[in-house]
Amino acid sequence: MKTRNKTTTADQAYLANRTQTLAAALAAAVFGSFLFLAVGFAHSATVHNATHDARHAFALPCH
Amino acid sequence: MFRKLFGAAFAAGIIAGLLITGVQQVTTTPLILHAEEYENGGHDHAAASRSDYIIIQTKVFSTLPEKLILAHSSSGTAGHDHADDEGQDHDDHAWAPEDGLERTLYTVGANIAMGIAFALMLTAAFAVHGGEMDGRRGILWAMGGFAMFTLGPNLGLPPEVPGSMAAELGARQMWWLGCAAATGIGLCLMVFGRKISLVVLGILILIAPHVIGAPQPETIGGSVPPELAGHFAAASIVVAAVFWAMLGWLSGTFYKRFEA
Repeated sequence: MKTRNKTTTADQAYLANRTQTLAAALAAAVFGSFLFLAVGFAHSATVHNATHDARHAFALPCH
Repeated sequence: MFRKLFGAAFAAGIIAGLLITGVQQVTTTPLILHAEEYENGGHDHAAASRSDYIIIQTKVFSTLPEKLILAHSSSGTAGHDHADDEGQDHDDHAWAPEDGLERTLYTVGANIAMGIAFALMLTAAFAVHGGEMDGRRGILWAMGGFAMFTLGPNLGLPPEVPGSMAAELGARQMWWLGCAAATGIGLCLMVFGRKISLVVLGILILIAPHVIGAPQPETIGGSVPPELAGHFAAASIVVAAVFWAMLGWLSGTFYKRFEA
């Protein structure tokens, strides 16, 4: 970013790269959060019974 | 970049999930199973809880208690199944894994899923932060995760053994998630805030959920002996620390190795 006036193509490449990184990070964070909520917090009795011991071991509110 | 983040997270989550299951089998799981005996009324509560506790401590390092029922105490909250003393489901006849190998396998699956979920959050943080990453740096990030998902929430809502008394489930879950989020945001401001005002703001956000206060039960005195509940609380926090350290190192190492 320091050489903004001279190397616009490098700049664009950096920006494209950074955008891709942030998009991947957002996808990972969102998918990770949903997975965590499904395993640790879903109220479905079936999910709860399957994940019961893991929920307790991770000290999540369970019962 | 997607492949790097997801590949590293899945690899780290699967390995950490498998390894922590082994740790749980000799630490928290025997305590959960033992607590369920009290929850199901299988013990004479008035007598011998202390000697039972000594037995569980030796059991922890020998073999798992064999016959136990996956069940919930009536002191818990509504919203899902409860099993009676014979282990039969009421209300919705919800499926539950058979005790023994099947139950353990589902726990392995849940641990792996939890590991992948946390590892995805870690690799997302690595990517946003940028810079070099390796196993040792990964452990530093994971300590943040440990603070966010274990230390912060557990200050208000201590780890529960089956049969312990607690406030309504939904309220506790809301507070738990709010506290984890506040701890994460607060820590980020404290660590990355360049101004003292941001650091102070981070501290305020971090302590806010504790000032508000976690939902607590109206009465206490569950069916599980306090020695057992205390042991479980300590054990689960130690196991979480081990889990996050492994997950952080694995995530950082795989993140470094995987091609973008």
